Amino acid sequence: MSELTVNGQRYEIEAPVERSLADTLRTDLGLTGTKVACGEGHCGACTILLDGIPTLSCITLVHLVGDRDVTTIEGLRDHPLVDAFVRCDALQCGFCTPGQIVSASALVEADPNPSREEIRHAMSGNICRCGAYPKIEEAILTWQG
Amino acid sequence: MARLIRTEKEVEGNYTEQWIVVEEDPLERWPAGALETVGKPVPREDGAERARGQATYTADLQLPGMLHAAVLRSPHARARVKRLDLSKVADTPGVRAVLGPDDLDVFTREPGYPGAPVAAAAADSYGQAARALDLAEVEWEVLDPLLDPDEAVREGSLHDEPERYERGDAEAGFAEADVVVEAEYRTQTVLHNSLETHQSVCEWNGDTLTVYISTQFIWGVRSEIAEKLGIPEDKVRVVCHYMGGGFGAKNHPGQYTFIGAEFAKRTGRPVRCALTRREENLASGNRHATIQRLKAGARADGTLTALQGEFVMAVGWEGFQSWTAGPMKMLYGCPNVSTVEYGAKINTSPNAAFRAPGFVEGTFGLECLLDEVAAKLEIDPLELRRRNHADVDLVDDRPFSSKNLIECYERAEPHWARRQEVRARSEGPWQRGVGMASQIWFGGGGPPSYAWVRVGSDGRATVITAMQDIGTGTRTAMAQIAAQELGLPIDRVQVALGDSARGPYAAISAGSSTVPSMGPAVRAAAHDAARQIIEIAAQRFHLEERVLSLQDGKVVSADDGSWEVEEVTGLLEDAQILGKGARGPNPTGMRVLTFGVQVAEIAVDVETGEIRVERVAAIHDVGRVINPLGASSQVEGGIIQGLGHTLSEERLLDPESGAVLTQTLDAYRMPTIADVPEIVTELVDIPDEHLTSLGAKGLGEPPIIPIAAAVANAIRDATGADVRSLPITREEMLRALAEAKEKARGAPAAV
Repeated sequence: MSELTVNGQRYEIEAPVERSLADTLRTDLGLTGTKVACGEGHCGACTILLDGIPTLSCITLVHLVGDRDVTTIEGLRDHPLVDAFVRCDALQCGFCTPGQIVSASALVEADPNPSREEIRHAMSGNICRCGAYPKIEEAILTWQG
Repeated sequence: MARLIRTEKEVEGNYTEQWIVVEEDPLERWPAGALETVGKPVPREDGAERARGQATYTADLQLPGMLHAAVLRSPHARARVKRLDLSKVADTPGVRAVLGPDDLDVFTREPGYPGAPVAAAAADSYGQAARALDLAEVEWEVLDPLLDPDEAVREGSLHDEPERYERGDAEAGFAEADVVVEAEYRTQTVLHNSLETHQSVCEWNGDTLTVYISTQFIWGVRSEIAEKLGIPEDKVRVVCHYMGGGFGAKNHPGQYTFIGAEFAKRTGRPVRCALTRREENLASGNRHATIQRLKAGARADGTLTALQGEFVMAVGWEGFQSWTAGPMKMLYGCPNVSTVEYGAKINTSPNAAFRAPGFVEGTFGLECLLDEVAAKLEIDPLELRRRNHADVDLVDDRPFSSKNLIECYERAEPHWARRQEVRARSEGPWQRGVGMASQIWFGGGGPPSYAWVRVGSDGRATVITAMQDIGTGTRTAMAQIAAQELGLPIDRVQVALGDSARGPYAAISAGSSTVPSMGPAVRAAAHDAARQIIEIAAQRFHLEERVLSLQDGKVVSADDGSWEVEEVTGLLEDAQILGKGARGPNPTGMRVLTFGVQVAEIAVDVETGEIRVERVAAIHDVGRVINPLGASSQVEGGIIQGLGHTLSEERLLDPESGAVLTQTLDAYRMPTIADVPEIVTELVDIPDEHLTSLGAKGLGEPPIIPIAAAVANAIRDATGADVRSLPITREEMLRALAEAKEKARGAPAAV
């Protein structure tokens, strides 16, 4: 039995040693906003924040999280980036979108006015197969409305 | 009144006669251009749910007691199972059932491709099922795979008879040509890689099977399952509210669904069968590779006298054979055309439709060939295409229902005119150029498709139809169409879709057909509801129906009377108005097609072979545009996916064993945000006056079609090199540059 803090809430979890943070979030805690698309750390769909740092939850073992704070898309539902993504049509099928928003939230936290180059650098680990990229860039450029 | 009519139905070039029932009277056409709601940019209805992670995809569904299936797949491209013992799998803790070739015909003892399913286990967790399968005892006899499509053609290993098409006399056409160009083009196998992998959850409730599935075709899945299981169609309920991408690969139930349904039956539990990313890249379909041996003849003025093509398609072990010769037959007004298509049966994974199947590949070959003709004749490539414009469809000798390709060319001019300036920006090893390519595709949709519109006493409307929104934004487009017809603000219309038990039959989301198939049905249903509101208002206010209309949430009369809609519908209390609508026929005797042109600006580092695409202008003619915001997203997405095909994506095989080397997303390289050029979208937005009450065609596929050729032609413009193989890797780029250099010296090219 160990403890996990997700979106400010403490959970007691019981998980086998090899369990990923993504599986714990989705299956045990029912937080299915975090998507798993590749399961091997290549696509960014499962991105969450660990103490504010974008982290791939599908290749993070839940028992290694320790007392770091986990933030998932469920903890960012009122972030202005959500409105910006919708307004700019920065999503199509939407399966990568929670991961995109989590990554973007860390970027605008570090720099509220990132340049196009900085956005492209920070967001290049989040694959969008539908190709919403131009509008994702637009949404992050204009996230403050 | 329901009218039974006999009409022609076209599905991607094939016409069949069929009976359809048309329920609505023809509606008046809306004027062209932006209306109150239709034609205006509207953010997608379900955007916030998806962005916040609140939308429940098939992958997110958790049912009480649900089991997870894992599949044992052949590691060999071609083999025989000599002995299979699953007893240790069945005895593993957590495993609830196992299935093998004796239980279900989706499993095989003679796999013909790597990834073919051999057996499966269902367990309490996916990990338990997958690990249990490691204990399966399989003795393989490994056989030599057939991997080379040309060799397959020589050996007669084909899926069908070769498909031949002749128009006019190609030999005579070449004889009268002033210039003849021959070239061989190759395109690679590419993988769909929707981010939500193929999957379903199956659950039996009594004798009814509920299938939650990530699909492009709720109703097709329903009938295929009913047929295979031998049960009535109304005993199968198919649910898909949200799905994470399809791109053509999710038109059918798939082996995984039959595996899940059988496990669910045997265990009495709901069962998820989901492909892993690696399985997705092994066995869920792909765009097949092609070899295209093409020849074009033209007079000195650029008029094409003959086109000829031999197309070898590496279809794989089974699956869909795409229409690679389509662009050569359809794009230009060339009187003499001769094509032959071979679908090679080889030991690679089954093919599946992939966004404009065949036309992406065939357009790359044809449009590069056209530029080689233009270069030889020293004619402007855009001008060459104008001179060969097809005024009627020469395949069926039919008029087009509408065609604004010349208008697309006009609008391309300012982008095309940038080439002097672009070339002038070449610097050091970075050479810059501009290329273009045209696009032709289907996209007219067709019947049958149905919708209902329910209006409550609060004056809010719900569109009900069991269609799916695969991420293209069709939910929003349908809301716009209903809102326009009902004269309601968009925020008072919602769309309920995604469940075969909760709405009428709806068309497949493939072939760029959702908006042209579903849109007219939704408009007809909204019209029926609006008519009823007006009838009620007329009686309530003692006015004639003909002086009343619905606008801006109000019933308005010709003499300036105005009542909120809910004042009328509120009379009903709990009663509801229900409008019904159906998609009428396509125009008989006409070809309904989409057209466009793209202009690409690129830079090539001639020392390293690195290619950067810097700007793409896309001009497409898809009839009336319902939502310009969503439409521009479709265009950008198509171009970006196409740039992956053009420059970086390729399924690689071990040439000896046929094993797939690119099963993971680090090896299979899809575009990232850092790879995206500036994209300028222009839609001609002229309603097709012969097609339905909307005049709208589909847009999902057109934008991916011309991009590869536009980039390749820009490379020729920048460097003089003829790239002829996709993806245009640095290796291919450097080969083409070396060949061009040799050619310039007048010496034969080094191979």
